[in-house]
Amino acid sequence: MSTNRSDFVLAVEGLTVSFDGFKAVNDLSFYVDEGEIRVIIGPNGAGKTTVLDLICGRTQATSGSIKFRGEELTRMKEHQIVHHGVGRKFQNPSIYDDLSVFENLEISYPRGRSVFGSLMFKRDREVIEEVENIAEIIFLQNDLDKPAGLLSHGQKQWLEIGMLLIQKPDLLMLDEPVAGMSVAERKKTAELLNRITQGRSVIVIEHDMQFVEDIAHRVTVMHQGKVLSEGSMERVKNDPKVIEVYLGH
Amino acid sequence: MQQRSNIRFMSRQEVLGYIMLAVILLAIIPLSLDVFRLNLIGKYLTYAFVALGLVLCWGYGGILSLGQGVFFGLGGYCMAMFLKLEASDPESTKIQSTPGIPDFMDWNQITELPWWWEPFRQLPFALSAIVLLPTLFAFIIGVAMFKRRVGGVYFAIITQAIAAIMTILIIGQQGYTGGVNGITDLRTLLGWDIRSDSAKVILYYVCSAALFICLLLSQFIRYKKLGRILVAMRDREDRVRFSGYDVANFKIFVFCLSAMFSAIGGAMFTLQVGFMSPSFVGIVPSIEMVIYCAVGGRLSLLGAVYGTLLVNWAKTIFSETFPELWLFAMGALFIAVVMAFPNGLASLFKRYIEPKLPAWYSGKTMVSKAPIIEKDSSMETAHANALGSEENIGSSKSLAKPETAVTVAPRTDEKLEGGVYVD
Repeated sequence: MSTNRSDFVLAVEGLTVSFDGFKAVNDLSFYVDEGEIRVIIGPNGAGKTTVLDLICGRTQATSGSIKFRGEELTRMKEHQIVHHGVGRKFQNPSIYDDLSVFENLEISYPRGRSVFGSLMFKRDREVIEEVENIAEIIFLQNDLDKPAGLLSHGQKQWLEIGMLLIQKPDLLMLDEPVAGMSVAERKKTAELLNRITQGRSVIVIEHDMQFVEDIAHRVTVMHQGKVLSEGSMERVKNDPKVIEVYLGH
Repeated sequence: MQQRSNIRFMSRQEVLGYIMLAVILLAIIPLSLDVFRLNLIGKYLTYAFVALGLVLCWGYGGILSLGQGVFFGLGGYCMAMFLKLEASDPESTKIQSTPGIPDFMDWNQITELPWWWEPFRQLPFALSAIVLLPTLFAFIIGVAMFKRRVGGVYFAIITQAIAAIMTILIIGQQGYTGGVNGITDLRTLLGWDIRSDSAKVILYYVCSAALFICLLLSQFIRYKKLGRILVAMRDREDRVRFSGYDVANFKIFVFCLSAMFSAIGGAMFTLQVGFMSPSFVGIVPSIEMVIYCAVGGRLSLLGAVYGTLLVNWAKTIFSETFPELWLFAMGALFIAVVMAFPNGLASLFKRYIEPKLPAWYSGKTMVSKAPIIEKDSSMETAHANALGSEENIGSSKSLAKPETAVTVAPRTDEKLEGGVYVD
């Protein structure tokens, strides 16, 4: 794969992070295309979540580069990375329990993000329509006035995905979006993901193989901070190295 | 759907709560107490500014500052410096070896007014300094701490250390600050005798009015998106950060605002009590102020005022009879509040008193909210929706205020319970 191509949405090259000498991510490179759903799988401790942390700025890289649409992310602050169009969903549903579903989405609406801006922010028709629009996509249109803390686990996961969608990110990163969901909810989430990838790229970390097969365009298998294998689900599944360290168990 | 845009500035309960407080502060108290007691209440009210700042900063923003006395003191000292210079004209200080400088400077063999005292001869400068100096100081602390992501317990400890340092500094620089005695013997404000009975009554009203302005400003912030971001930040800081907000800026803002409120309180204190000393700056007063806020309910703007009045009133009664026991009582009170009712008096009011109040108090929406939302009558829907959205903020942050609370108890788990009560 050529390293000079610039039509990737995300180009991660030679990324390394070391925690007191332990390299959680070690010389990692991968590329995500426009409109692609990329799933990262791998055994526990492979460094999957750390990769997302590095991309969204939560963890500082020791070396290497992360280019998003040609711009270097490694030196930006978290909120600047968000402003450039990268959205991140956390592993545990991370929503504001004390606010209503509506307010959760409203806070995520990309306007009035400075202190002064948030004082001047007006809940106008545009905001309301957008919130309702997103609420419908994430199956919560009837729960807008409910405190988010009262939602079911699956609904909380959807709400957090909705909070990302309303930011209209070009790159969406989801950390185990279906963990703890019922079978029916998983199906709905797979549908949801397939629907929302129009015009954006998605990176998903997931353990549920059925779910991965449902959504993945390409799969990256990580092991000990490195890429072990990459390609279509079919190819990865039959890769002897992958079977040995991950799928075989 | 467009009704949802009508988040209301205040709910019916809140409007009634503010009216109630206004009646108590502006009519009942002044009419029923003599000037001495009224002045005492006025002094308590100056602490309410600090408690109010803590509601925003700690209750909403989740930033516990144990050094609010620093800002209270800075505001108070700025006022005291102006008043002291006015009281130290050459005529009335002619027995000093250097007439025309404050008496404590003379006692400390200082023969010239320090350059940084000079501008405090001007009232406009002093007034701007009261507001700006502590805010600037808070800004510097805020930038240094929050930009480096210092928070939680570490922040609390650092603010406490700052309070200790400030006290040591003031006491140590006796010649410039009046040392442990503070700045005393303040007499007039632009020639107006602040020690007279009539002045005390007027200052009481000025203090109450200033408190109301701060209350309404806080209410405004609560009602804007900024208020909801504070709550969100308290609960899920990372989520707010990864929603594109620079979290540190919001923390700095709310910390500065609480410092500004404290400073205004401090200045009002100096005016009403007639002196300022390091005993209002240090660790103990700073923690006491946190207790006022906690007792009133750290999520309730009005609760902060009632909490302050109540604790101080108890303090006065108690320390008159058992002076040495007061500190223990205070400690016990704090533990009791934290263990038994973490959201303070406001949550007790909410749970036990409000359901017994007549229906007009809360308006129709109180009886049962859910069916009304479904109704088509646009007025009611608007109200219900507005309530719906406000409530949720309130559910943790502020619902529970005396006289103001909506129908719900302060936590979501209690919330259902609250609903059951009402229905």
